[in-house]
Amino acid sequence: MDVADKKRLLREMLFARRFEERCYEAYVERKIGGFLHLYPGEEACVHGVMEAARPGFDYVITGYRDHVHAMKCGADPRKVMAELYGKETGSSKGRGGSMHIFDVEHRFMGGYALVGGPFPLAAGMAKAVQMKGGEEIVICFLGDAANNQGTFHESLNMAALWKLPVLYVCENNLYGIGTRIDRSTAIVDQYKRVCGYGIPSAQEDGQDVEKVYAAARIAVEHVRSRQGPYFLELLTYRYRGHSMSDSNAYRPKEEERMWSKRDPIIMLRDRLIEAGELTREDFQDMDTEILDYIEDEIIAYAESSPEPKPEELERYVLAENDPWVHGGRH
Amino acid sequence: MAEMMFWEAVRRAHDEEMERDPLVICMGEDIGVVGGTYKATTGLYDKYGPERVIDTPICENSYTGLGIGASFLGVRPIIEIMSVNFSWLALDQIANTAAKVRYMSGGQLTAPCVVRSPGGTAHQLGAQHSGRMEKVFMGIAGLRVVTPSNPRQAYGLIKSAVRCDDPVFINEHEIMYNMKGEVPDEEYFHPLEGSEVAREGRDVSLFGYNVSVHWCLQAAEILAREHGIEAEVVDLYALSPLDRAGIRRSVARTHHALIAEEAEPAVGVGAEVMAILDEECFYELDAPPVRVSAATVPIPYNHTLEKAAIPNAGDIVAAVRKMLGR
Repeated sequence: MDVADKKRLLREMLFARRFEERCYEAYVERKIGGFLHLYPGEEACVHGVMEAARPGFDYVITGYRDHVHAMKCGADPRKVMAELYGKETGSSKGRGGSMHIFDVEHRFMGGYALVGGPFPLAAGMAKAVQMKGGEEIVICFLGDAANNQGTFHESLNMAALWKLPVLYVCENNLYGIGTRIDRSTAIVDQYKRVCGYGIPSAQEDGQDVEKVYAAARIAVEHVRSRQGPYFLELLTYRYRGHSMSDSNAYRPKEEERMWSKRDPIIMLRDRLIEAGELTREDFQDMDTEILDYIEDEIIAYAESSPEPKPEELERYVLAENDPWVHGGRH
Repeated sequence: MAEMMFWEAVRRAHDEEMERDPLVICMGEDIGVVGGTYKATTGLYDKYGPERVIDTPICENSYTGLGIGASFLGVRPIIEIMSVNFSWLALDQIANTAAKVRYMSGGQLTAPCVVRSPGGTAHQLGAQHSGRMEKVFMGIAGLRVVTPSNPRQAYGLIKSAVRCDDPVFINEHEIMYNMKGEVPDEEYFHPLEGSEVAREGRDVSLFGYNVSVHWCLQAAEILAREHGIEAEVVDLYALSPLDRAGIRRSVARTHHALIAEEAEPAVGVGAEVMAILDEECFYELDAPPVRVSAATVPIPYNHTLEKAAIPNAGDIVAAVRKMLGR
């Protein structure tokens, strides 16, 4: 990874951080409804992994903490914000919301709100890729708590059995909603859990984007060269509660302080400053520019976009004018 | 028009669609090497190979989810769930993913998959293998539900379901696979909406679906022969959406209605048909409509108790005579 890439990644991660923080404000202002699961603290995970993959070409699927994943795949941030505002211009036309961002054009195949639901969907997309013979891989990002669902075991078994081209990335943020991992899970090291399926795996520091990138290159290469699935565990931490309705009281303050010292953005920034590639002023300018862009372009777009029309309530339930519904004769 | 067994009609539909389109696959427990518990996929493994005729592990939710995921990228999976009782385990992927993904993605992504599964009471299979789940599936927005009562419908419904862009649940019946019936020699696509008049009559409309169509037909024979009552039998092969217009048309002719179902009455097909009768046919009816349903019990193992739990043609005859006072 050269310096230009690192600077771009720093910018992308800072943008992701500021975008999510702005979502928080909009939620408090009641511009955004429903549930809102934010990503600050975990930015290095998706950015490091996707840097090693091909965003917009490889298929990506994830859970409900999905805004940043969609944008890293190429989704227009204005449309993501408009979706959170429930607008017709949103990425899912206001029908999905925060937990259901989709951008199929950029092969972001969706955020899903049932924990562990995407495991088999990812395997199925990999089955389709395998049948069609493309070079794509499927990348499934989920949290550590999803690994206690049956779909984790069922899907990894099938992925291994049929050598499906799927990379499972476990963003281990140590908590399943409010329950700490060692209170819910017999084996805390998640990468060890896939050994029973003969799937190669690794554990990496999820706060250091360069380390994530290096680990992901090995994982992506394994999957793309059609050697079967791979499981990559990234140790990370979310700064906010599970969702906006979570007071976050269950986490020791000392633990939060410790993780804040390993902030993925600050770590990369300081490394670039030490190497003489960036000044504090550069970083400050970058931040200001991002904040202005979010306000002037993204929020303005979401605010000024129209609501969906009530008369279109029942659109998208079923296919429109599908001839096979009538036996194909019309 | 050749006669074939129900399972042969199911098999023929699979074979033709797989022959036509290399992206049509079938998957399920024991469907490949074994050829399916009810022989519905016999010979397909040898013809199309293990990549397209997939013997899955016993994990209904995830292999159904795998099929749904494949359908996102243009694969057309025919997913068999060996017994509808096991589809409870797959409900998350069917209801939360397949049925909702088009809507929650604002129309960007669809799950054009077919899930076939036999249910119903067979022969002393006990409480956990005698489920009737059509009522569960028909309440899910975004999912089409059809249920064939004969080999022709079984064949034609699968053909249309594979090509339709919506997810379709096909509710079959365990005791019907060896039933014989005529199937057109040429390709045939059965509509996924609507209903069929299986027998014409002027005195009373008997609504049935799947196995209960046959009870209604038997009852209609008895009513005509022994009581001079001409019953019309309407086959509701589409459960979601239900054919409101078809129900209305028949009742406009007969002014009497009965719905026969193999499931318990609560929140079921019968309840839904009764609501339609109330909403749309109230002033057409000359007598209160009647439901003939199963008892509200887990299906017992004992043969006598099992028979007592499920309605039959005799129950329909008795209900019609009471309704008409004849």
